[in-house]
Amino acid sequence: MTNMFTNTSLLRKSRAAAELRFRWFGRIAIGISLAFLFIMVGSIINKGKSVLISSDIAIIIDLGPNQVDPNNINQTGFDALIKRSLRATFPEITSRSDKKKLYGLLSADMGFELQKQIIANPNLLGISQKLWFTASDDVDLLLKGSVDLTTQEGDRRISNLEINWIAKLKKSGNTRSHFNKKFFMNGDSREPELAGILSALVGSILTLSVCFFVSFPIAILAAIYLEEFAPKNKISSFIEVNINNLAAVPSIVFGLLGLALLLNVFGLPRSTPLVGGLVLSLMTLPTIIIAARASLRSVPPSIREAALGMGASPIQATFHHVVPLALPGILTGTIVGMAQALGETAPLLMIGMVAFIADVPSSIIEPATALPVQIFLWADASERAFLEKTSAAIMVLLVFLILMNLLAILLRKKFEKRF
Amino acid sequence: MIAQLLESNEQFDVDSPNMPNEAVTLSKPFNITTRNSSNIGEYAIKFIMVACSMVAIAVTVGIVFSLFFESISFFQRVSISEFLFGTKWSPQTALRADQVAAEGSFGAVPLITGTLLISFIAMCVATPLGLFSAIYLSEYASRRARNVIKPLLEILAGIPTVVYGFFAALTVAPMLRSTGENIGLNVSSESALAAGLVMGIMIIPLISSLSDDVINAVPQSLRDASLGLGSTNSETIRKVVLPAAIPGISGSLLLGASRAIGETMIVVMAAGLAANLTANPLEAVTTITAQIVALLTGDQEFDSAKTLSAFALGLLLFIVTLILNMISLKIVNKYREQYD
Amino acid sequence: MEIKTDAINSLKLNKNTPIIQAKNVDVFYGYKQALDNISLDIPENKVTSLIGPSGCGKSTFLRCINRMNDLVSICRVTGEIKIFNQDIYAQEVDVVALRANVGMVFQKPNPFPKSIYENVAYGPKIHRLSSNKSDMDELVEWSLRKAGLWEEVKDRLNEVATGLSGGQQQRLCIARAIAVKPRVILMDEPCSALDPIATAIIEELIDELRNNFSIIIVTHSMQQAARVSQRTAFFHMGNLVESGKTKNIFTSPKDERTQNYITGRIG
Ligand SMILES: Nc1ncnc2c1ncn2[C@@H]1O[C@H](COP(=O)(O)OP(=O)(O)OP(=O)(O)O)[C@@H](O)[C@H]1O
Ligand SMILES: [Mg+2]
Repeated sequence: MTNMFTNTSLLRKSRAAAELRFRWFGRIAIGISLAFLFIMVGSIINKGKSVLISSDIAIIIDLGPNQVDPNNINQTGFDALIKRSLRATFPEITSRSDKKKLYGLLSADMGFELQKQIIANPNLLGISQKLWFTASDDVDLLLKGSVDLTTQEGDRRISNLEINWIAKLKKSGNTRSHFNKKFFMNGDSREPELAGILSALVGSILTLSVCFFVSFPIAILAAIYLEEFAPKNKISSFIEVNINNLAAVPSIVFGLLGLALLLNVFGLPRSTPLVGGLVLSLMTLPTIIIAARASLRSVPPSIREAALGMGASPIQATFHHVVPLALPGILTGTIVGMAQALGETAPLLMIGMVAFIADVPSSIIEPATALPVQIFLWADASERAFLEKTSAAIMVLLVFLILMNLLAILLRKKFEKRF
Repeated sequence: MIAQLLESNEQFDVDSPNMPNEAVTLSKPFNITTRNSSNIGEYAIKFIMVACSMVAIAVTVGIVFSLFFESISFFQRVSISEFLFGTKWSPQTALRADQVAAEGSFGAVPLITGTLLISFIAMCVATPLGLFSAIYLSEYASRRARNVIKPLLEILAGIPTVVYGFFAALTVAPMLRSTGENIGLNVSSESALAAGLVMGIMIIPLISSLSDDVINAVPQSLRDASLGLGSTNSETIRKVVLPAAIPGISGSLLLGASRAIGETMIVVMAAGLAANLTANPLEAVTTITAQIVALLTGDQEFDSAKTLSAFALGLLLFIVTLILNMISLKIVNKYREQYD
Repeated sequence: MEIKTDAINSLKLNKNTPIIQAKNVDVFYGYKQALDNISLDIPENKVTSLIGPSGCGKSTFLRCINRMNDLVSICRVTGEIKIFNQDIYAQEVDVVALRANVGMVFQKPNPFPKSIYENVAYGPKIHRLSSNKSDMDELVEWSLRKAGLWEEVKDRLNEVATGLSGGQQQRLCIARAIAVKPRVILMDEPCSALDPIATAIIEELIDELRNNFSIIIVTHSMQQAARVSQRTAFFHMGNLVESGKTKNIFTSPKDERTQNYITGRIG
């Protein structure tokens, strides 16, 4: 008898343990997923946050009349002028290779920067004074403390010599750091310290606009037809299956469609937001249709009956009453689809939106790139400084995605069903 | 009582109304053959709507045709059997126009095995994690926990794949490599493992949300019956809920697999282009999607076998994912009907 | 067409002609027959009530009269229903025009989630019944007065209609229906979602309305049928068992089933 009792309690114990184990499996699974999310986002923020700050170096520049001709500013050799001033700051440097290193402290754009400063403020001319220039990417990283100084000199992109120069400059107050406006105001560049995301951002906005204006009307009209008017027959169920399948077709296949059909058959201009937007719109179409249909379905039939019962035609009943009530849901679905499109990369690679674009595109038929493609391109670049740029671009992308999703949530909250 | 009501009603029961009809009511003729609103406009709207619904079909047709035609011209140069069963993949561009047989070899087997290897790793990660998340969320989690966890998992689903790719290539792969070095394993810097692991994480939310729906659709009465017999929660889930939900869950796994096979950016950034025929997850492999990107980005001459092969790969990819999607949609729909 | 319309209008003046004549109406939902050979005349400017146990086909018959059944794809109607001697299932009939002439009030109040004013003005707007704002204001007021709601809502016409009480909402639905000036108003258990006071108000209103409209009302309440209607038709399992003056049906039913129903033995 005791035997039986111990047996049951043993059994019960093992059952309780199994129960506990099961519960913990679930917790661990969710824990791993969320831990990954936080680690990934955390590491990206960690790498990217330094982009918000950029460094400048000051040197004394003589802009006297024998250096710059006030009447003919543009003829001046600004690069040579700055190099001369750099040599004057560090007179002890004599070897050719060291001089080259010295010039490399400043951004490759230094001549142009000086020219801009003079044009903006002609009073600078005629005297010798301290002026600020953007530091080169390696110096920038060094000043922000992102360079590991414990490593062997050969493993770093910056030598001990350069580090000494910078230390000297820093001590004499000739370095400063400030908010990195350039990252948000510039287009792409071969020089990491000058590269910005504006061209990619504008490219993304243009592409998304095309995508929205094409997919939104088509998707909601299709959804309305399928949900409210389509007879229940073979054709409508074929369309339905079609849409569900399209929603799961790999995005790269849409890119192939764009390449073969839009570029090679229709001859639309390659690499442009127009084609990118069209391809993305075909991709988001099923997403919006499915969301819109769900939203239309949730409008109670009594509303339709009320309208039809008083002699509204089906079209009137739908467009006057059903669609306005379903609109918040439709818009939410649209925003979710747009957010997907914003992060989509592969199809854009297929249609050539992967080129190096330094200028901000001003129309949908100019070559452009998009934010996720820019991320892809920078992730591939060899300069160490592009790593933080990539992370920062990802942060910008995520901020936009978060904003869009917040908008969707707000819409959903605001128009929570009231009927 | 009714009789009383009838009494009081009696006075109204006369053949003519006791008040004259108001002019406002009578002014309208009884016309039921023509309406006041415009019919033509409505036909136009309807026509436009039908046309819009056809776009979905047009897109499918467009995909099929464009892949098909390019593939046909590819298969005129490279035989289908060589493409499907050849084990060497090295598409070359002819250096000179007159160069003979310089187009390289187009055996897709290494790409197919590479794709399968990475997808398999991804599913090994995503299936247990996704399923247990779904079970925990639908059977154990409090409402509050659910309200926090679900949106977080949705964030995971909303992160663009290029971000996952970046993370896989720059954080996960080096980490695996140095861990491998420490325990004496040679891990390639573009290992299948890194791409597969990260891809698995990416698919978790898809599987967990689909399975969550499926598990929720299992009728409460089944659970009650099992719990009423003295089963514990986990026994109920294992012996009653999961068996009932198996079809739906397998549908969601198929959809996950199709997603893994078609995923592009993670493998482009983390798996590389080495067409190795291997089952070792620590080695570098390439995939169908990664090759398509490699073949079609940058300069391309149209009509070369190299460019065309990308479309053949695309067709293969489209057919495989389409079959997986169709089966999974069928299963899920059947399952829904069963419990609706 | 003109001539036809005139002929119809002149018909109206003949007091003995019923406004609606249903002849041999059968209704099927798929293979299931919901109505079997119904023939029923509905007199003009009277209230006719349809009574009978649940599922006997009252709503189905009612919905045949303004062809709301067209919306149910599996529903098939045979036989003939004439309104003002015009077959409403004839080829040339436009259901939209028909429903503008045969209004409907539903079981659950279903105002549009818009303002009170817009609810009433919607019908006249789509049927182009008024050309300008002041006409429309007048029509809205007329409808709301007819529905006995004007005094309660005249100061908040722009408020959302779903904020009204259930009884007010139902009266708004009636106002909305009469704003289109139909000839016939169909009411499917209009009071079943309402409390007794709201019900009493609506019953009074129905009695009032029959001066201008012919009304058919489906009800489960024998008292209501007796209070508001002059004619009654009793349905049972898809058949019309008997119909006639309300007084006769309730005091001396010819059929045993009617007898059983009104005394509460079936249904
Ligand atoms: N849309 C439909 N599809 C299939 N069958 C239907 C449909 N509407 C009604 N029926 C069937 O037709 C028969 C008559 O239904 P109807 O709604 O007319 O009954 P009713 O007399 O109005 O009942 P109640 O008093 O409960 O409203 C019922 O058996 C019902 O099941
Ligand atoms: Mg009914």
